[in-house]
Amino acid sequence: MRYLPHTDDDVRRMLEVIGARSIDALFASIPESLRLKQPLQLPPALCESELKQHLGELAGGAPPIALVGAGAYQHAIPVIVDQLLLRTEFFTAYTPYQPEISQGTLQAIFEYQTMMAELTGLDVANASMYDGASATAEAVLMAWRIGREKKSAVLVSAALHPEYREVLATYTAAMPIKLRTVDVDPSGATDRAALAKQLDADTAVVVLQAPNFFGVVEDVAAVAAAAKSAGAIVVTATPEPVALGIMRSPGDAGAEIAVGEGLGLTGALSFGGPGFGFFAARKDHLRQMPGRLVGATVDSRGERGFVLTLSTREQHIRREKATSNICSNQGLCALAGSIALSCLGPQGLRELAQHNLAKAEYAKRKATQFGLKLVFSGPTFNEFVLDVGPAATDRLLRLAERRIIGGLDLGRFDSKRRGQVLVCTTEMHGRGLIDRVIGALAGQKEPA
Amino acid sequence: MNRSPGRQGRLLAEQLLCEQSTPGRRGLDLAKLDVDPVDVNKAWPAACVRAQPPALPEVSEVEVARHYTRLSTWNHSVDLAAYPLGSCTMKYNPRINEWAARLDGFAGLHPYAPESLAQGALKLMYELGQGLLAVTGLESVSLQPAAGAHGELTGIMMVRKALEERGTPRCLVVVPDSAHGTNPATAALNGFKVLTVASLSDGTADVEALRKLVDESVAAVMITNPNTLGVFEPRIKEIADLVHSKGGFVYMDGANLNALMGKTQMAAMGVDVMHINLHKTFSTPHGGGGPGAGAVCAARSLAAYLPKPVVVERGGQYALDYDRPHSIGRVRSFYGNFGVLVRAYTYLRELGAAGLTRATELAVLNANYVRARLKGRYDLPYATPTLHEVVFSDKTQKENTGVTNIDVAKRLIDHGFHPPTVSFPLIVHGALMIEPCETEPPSSVDALCDAFLQIADEVERDPDQVKSAPHTTMIGRLDDVRAARQPVLTYRDLLATK
Repeated sequence: MRYLPHTDDDVRRMLEVIGARSIDALFASIPESLRLKQPLQLPPALCESELKQHLGELAGGAPPIALVGAGAYQHAIPVIVDQLLLRTEFFTAYTPYQPEISQGTLQAIFEYQTMMAELTGLDVANASMYDGASATAEAVLMAWRIGREKKSAVLVSAALHPEYREVLATYTAAMPIKLRTVDVDPSGATDRAALAKQLDADTAVVVLQAPNFFGVVEDVAAVAAAAKSAGAIVVTATPEPVALGIMRSPGDAGAEIAVGEGLGLTGALSFGGPGFGFFAARKDHLRQMPGRLVGATVDSRGERGFVLTLSTREQHIRREKATSNICSNQGLCALAGSIALSCLGPQGLRELAQHNLAKAEYAKRKATQFGLKLVFSGPTFNEFVLDVGPAATDRLLRLAERRIIGGLDLGRFDSKRRGQVLVCTTEMHGRGLIDRVIGALAGQKEPA
Repeated sequence: MNRSPGRQGRLLAEQLLCEQSTPGRRGLDLAKLDVDPVDVNKAWPAACVRAQPPALPEVSEVEVARHYTRLSTWNHSVDLAAYPLGSCTMKYNPRINEWAARLDGFAGLHPYAPESLAQGALKLMYELGQGLLAVTGLESVSLQPAAGAHGELTGIMMVRKALEERGTPRCLVVVPDSAHGTNPATAALNGFKVLTVASLSDGTADVEALRKLVDESVAAVMITNPNTLGVFEPRIKEIADLVHSKGGFVYMDGANLNALMGKTQMAAMGVDVMHINLHKTFSTPHGGGGPGAGAVCAARSLAAYLPKPVVVERGGQYALDYDRPHSIGRVRSFYGNFGVLVRAYTYLRELGAAGLTRATELAVLNANYVRARLKGRYDLPYATPTLHEVVFSDKTQKENTGVTNIDVAKRLIDHGFHPPTVSFPLIVHGALMIEPCETEPPSSVDALCDAFLQIADEVERDPDQVKSAPHTTMIGRLDDVRAARQPVLTYRDLLATK
């Protein structure tokens, strides 16, 4: 076996040094009653050429074209991102516990923290979380701790990704926390009048997504002002960080914690993961932050260097009093995000965002020309909801037969929204494709 | 002859990219826009528009390539030399796994692709799950958790939910002091109080103490097996029976599964739920700190509580089953770190039953070989037989010269190796926790042992040389205290200190 270097001679020699008669003797500490008596029931082993064929068949050629985002946004990430990830000094290393031989990873994380803080308009960012959904849940727990766990209500926008809401419910189930939904208004934004009514002295946190799940751009500043006057902390979730090229940063708008999902910056959607959850906050909340942090310091020779720091918040030191149990995060994906953002730079990111906006505005115009109605009236970024009606299932199915995902029927999450289709257009989608898909959603006949 | 790979070599300096930024430079050209441009200031209310672009570095692709390539050369990695970091299972990461995860049909697949267009991906997840169940002997599996600690959190959530549904919520989780460090934090996140139980002098769990402690208020006992000393818990079934007789559950931390494949199964031990670190046992890369994957396997007792959706097979078709009324819900978006699952599946299929068993055997052989060669020169606090890893301490060195485990670790860096784990287990003061892994060639294991022995000699001859190590790295020991007291966490912070 190519990954198992030991020859029979090696094994004999090593057993001799150990003083054991056989390899089996090394397992003598496992009681007889617990020993497995038969071989593992697994399919036969495959050599590399067989593996390539088998996996090639499972992967099945080109993936379907997707005009859907809903938390996973496809972007034209340059090839160099993946090429640099293949440096094995990055991907076969682990958490930088020994800074003298991990400066590459440590400096890269420091630069990642810098970029995430800049994007979100906040002071500090951690080394990453598992994904946007768990980051949102951890952000709510953090905000609850900042309020000294005295307030119990968390107001959650109905326009927060349904899967994020589910994860939030799972994470807070054991805590004395009440999750309350704030509905959306006809514009598709979180209903500020409803929010004002629901906000009270027991509200610890207000959570909203920006741009929200329906693609609508939220006025985070207005929500934050209302929350602040009630003494609550605002957490924003941004599953589409490309929007931050033109969207007011959550920090600037008054959010104290901003999280999101970087999957779209890694260059591979990979059926939803791995991406990375980004997590940023104001510096005064630093000690309550979950996750790893890298800081700059100096070495014994006075040179600048980077180390894991403030680990007194973490599970291995504080044990049951830790801010989270997270240790490994999504390091390599965060690195991919940093490389992508380094390539883009501030102007590239801005232009990319403008292109996304322009594509979606074009698609929306096209949809109305075809007679489809937009469900919401609010301004959007690169996603919007079309009212396709009862024909939606059939029309999406027809497109799927041509290996095109024409959008996401929101009936998947909410039966009242059946026939409402969430569509996403990015710089990846040419005008011809947009015409074709919007046409098909409007019931235009596809050429055979 | 010194066979260790440590040498002084040329290293290139590299500033932060922000320090190299030149206004107007960029590393990406966008396609020409084929629709009318839209002015965001007209499309959106002013309160929602970004005034200042984020201060990202402005560099060309050439500078990006150099930057990250130079940074990479500052890392130690499995592909460079042995990485015997105990409890982390730093085995070789096969390249075919990387190839597989990058196949277009996997890498480009949207998570909301209709099931009819995702059959291959779903089949892979299903088959990987079946493979993990074959290894553990358990009943049901979720691939959703993104890391070991995430799997642990999931497992304890399942315990809590099951007890709630039974109408008998409980408040305590019992953790032996030889268990993993994440265990107490995991229990606390679920609202449980944590009781730590001291191990016996042979390093195994104290069954008699547990017998006194475990009653109807204990939700679960969390056991790492083999434990963080590398010692198999021989009475685990007895512990499980005890916990079950009081209506509680047994959680097993599967971080050390690399010691057990094909030798024993968790079902036989009476385990109700466990996680498997696919980035340890199943060879997926550690990535400088993730992404991992923490698959959770459950016995029939807790299967219904696994996160949803789970992948099911119905007449040759694969589907995501959301109709699981007892499920704890989701622990992340979508279905897990699928790209990591592809790598783990590739490994599982390449090794098969005989290969996985052989991997375990050689992992245990390598660790016992290290133990035999270093015994006598380094203190072995527990004489109990160990499996895939071995824990020494710095007792001998410290008593004679004041040299600590940290010093030994740093000096090992000069020999070209990654140090062992030094912060764990908590029950060994000055621990040196060594896990060589099965993929380490015997010649490299020997070189590693030689280096340890040379350091032991050096401690006696010239302790200051060890205390001031490392000597061959680009930087010396870093000032941790300063980093924590005056946190400098971004480039903006750095500028403010100047």
